[in-house]
Amino acid sequence: MAVLDRSAVTDRERAAASPPETGGEASPASPLPDRVLMKGNEAIAEAAIAAGCDAYFGYPITPQAELLEWMARRMPEEGRVFVQAESELAAINMALGAAATGARVLVSSSSPGISLMAEGMSYMAGSRLPVVLVNVMRGGPGLGSIGAAQGDYFQATKGHGHGDYNVPVLAPASIAEAIDLVGDAFVLAERYRTPVMILADGILGQAMEPVAPHFRSIPRLPADWTVEGASGREPRVLKSLSLRAEDLERQNLVLQANFAEIAARESRWAGESLDDAEVIVVAYGTAARVARTAVQRARDDGLRAGLFRPITLWPFPAAALRAAAAGARAVLAVELSAGQMVEDVRLAIEGAVPVFHHGRMGGMVPRPDEVVTAMRRAWSVTLGDDPDRASGGVR
Amino acid sequence: MTALKGTGPLETTKAGGQPAESEGRTIYRRPSLLSNPTSYCPGCGHGIIHRLVAEVLEELGLGERTILVGSVGCSVFAYDYLALDAVESPHGRAPAVATGVKRVRPDRVVFTYQGDGDLAAIGSAEILHAAARGERITVIFVNNGIYGMTGGQMAPTTLIGQRTTSSPTGRDPAVAGYPLPVTELLSLLPGVAYAARVSVADPGLIGRAKAAIRRAFEVQLEDTGLAIVEVLSTCPVGWGMTPTEAMDHLAHEVMDAYPTGTFTDRGKGIAPAMPAPAGKRTAAGGANRPQPAEA
Repeated sequence: MAVLDRSAVTDRERAAASPPETGGEASPASPLPDRVLMKGNEAIAEAAIAAGCDAYFGYPITPQAELLEWMARRMPEEGRVFVQAESELAAINMALGAAATGARVLVSSSSPGISLMAEGMSYMAGSRLPVVLVNVMRGGPGLGSIGAAQGDYFQATKGHGHGDYNVPVLAPASIAEAIDLVGDAFVLAERYRTPVMILADGILGQAMEPVAPHFRSIPRLPADWTVEGASGREPRVLKSLSLRAEDLERQNLVLQANFAEIAARESRWAGESLDDAEVIVVAYGTAARVARTAVQRARDDGLRAGLFRPITLWPFPAAALRAAAAGARAVLAVELSAGQMVEDVRLAIEGAVPVFHHGRMGGMVPRPDEVVTAMRRAWSVTLGDDPDRASGGVR
Repeated sequence: MTALKGTGPLETTKAGGQPAESEGRTIYRRPSLLSNPTSYCPGCGHGIIHRLVAEVLEELGLGERTILVGSVGCSVFAYDYLALDAVESPHGRAPAVATGVKRVRPDRVVFTYQGDGDLAAIGSAEILHAAARGERITVIFVNNGIYGMTGGQMAPTTLIGQRTTSSPTGRDPAVAGYPLPVTELLSLLPGVAYAARVSVADPGLIGRAKAAIRRAFEVQLEDTGLAIVEVLSTCPVGWGMTPTEAMDHLAHEVMDAYPTGTFTDRGKGIAPAMPAPAGKRTAAGGANRPQPAEA
């Protein structure tokens, strides 16, 4: 498969503007032990178990069903909680209840199920309850298809449910990276008391790649907010409700301060060949795998191309992208959607460089050559610094 | 007659105006688990039911290990009045939230406190499946036949012919269907260990309501399945009645339509005979299916 024709190893050494301090055995310098072939859904599930996930709640939906099945077998083996809920609505609310006790909770679904979980996500954000939610995106809108797509970017990054809130969104581009990001997601969720989403897609969920069975355990933070019965202290109430306007505004300001801190400290990205790039491709997840191949082919053909890959979609690494694009001639967003992330790209670049978009939908994945063509078109219709080119080729 | 004029559990002053201490007998004291005077409307049953829950938990010595799962509707104020650790739920989802709490903390007592719009309408899937799974939770289901908080609209439990703000000419079964007897339906499920309906229409009934609530918490301690107590209650404002008229209406019209009693108490041999489709633990039930290979 074209999108999987590259090594799974990601360029983590350039990845972190501000990596979360994660515990366990993260030691990329050590020689990798034997590799195992794992399906994305299963690798994510096993990474969560290793991280110390206490409870999993889910509902079957393609293309994430293997994650639920893995948890159904492994969680009881570990003496932990697994419940197959009657709906995604129930699953996210079970997660809410478990998280309220301080348990480390994983929930997973795919696009239509995430829509049903939107209500619970809003409540959990409002009540400041940590949870890690995996969305293995499929084609939409509606029932759509079961192919890989990235049409849920707006939903993931602009809020799932009602009200003023954001959740950190981590976008792996390989199964190995997904394993890493599961641990990071729990760290972020608990450090900031917030839901965190891992935004994968049908290909990342279904494909098998060799990975190092190198799963991290995540240390626990002391928590003074959990409900467990008010023994020897005042009762605690975990809620978003606040009927007095002054109180609710104050509560919202606390949330916003938390979001501002996340935005300032936790944005992450990876780059390749950016230093002299004339055309910068911005892509995440599976689209970034295609883009990476396209960038290399373009370089082979003499076009100075580079790849900017956001790892956090919220907070979007806007400052880093703006800096990376400062010397470029054109920026091209490549997505498995009609163009969603490209809006954040434009906001980040603030008109400094022309921004283009190339997208496929409905489960279609662009071929690398298609992306190279889009890069060449972006190059040819922009002026750049060379006055000889300034007159020609403008559409 | 009307509960508000009676003596007994509802009486909030000392008998005969005498200091109770001088007689050596306390007629009434505020349960320690009730934190604030309630702000519910005059004649609303929530204050009575809150007090019964608080008394039961206090008498069973469970207050310090109990977690309240709240709901949406007038009962949303329970957080303010019950001095318990509590977690909020979206509308109708309390049984799912309680499932999450109880599964990770099986050593705690977990209960939901839900109204009839919350439990019988928007939360019908969550209560049904929590019951089917036999979650070890207690459900206090307050049925006043109306959406009180939002202005007295028709609920699934609204009586035939009852006028509400969304059934202004009375509930017409031709367009709005029939009242939903949730507790009877749930009582059939093998996962339900205890199901009862009680009323707060007079002091005697309130005493029986307290006994049912107590039993519903005892059943949770017995670890045998879900326990639900439906408490028939009032909404004088939503019903367009005085508190006295509302209690009268509850005692007659409502209780005629919704019979009180214990439908299921499996620990005491009260179990309706519903043929449960349990399967025979054969291949069709999955027992013989090959186990997945070890990774």
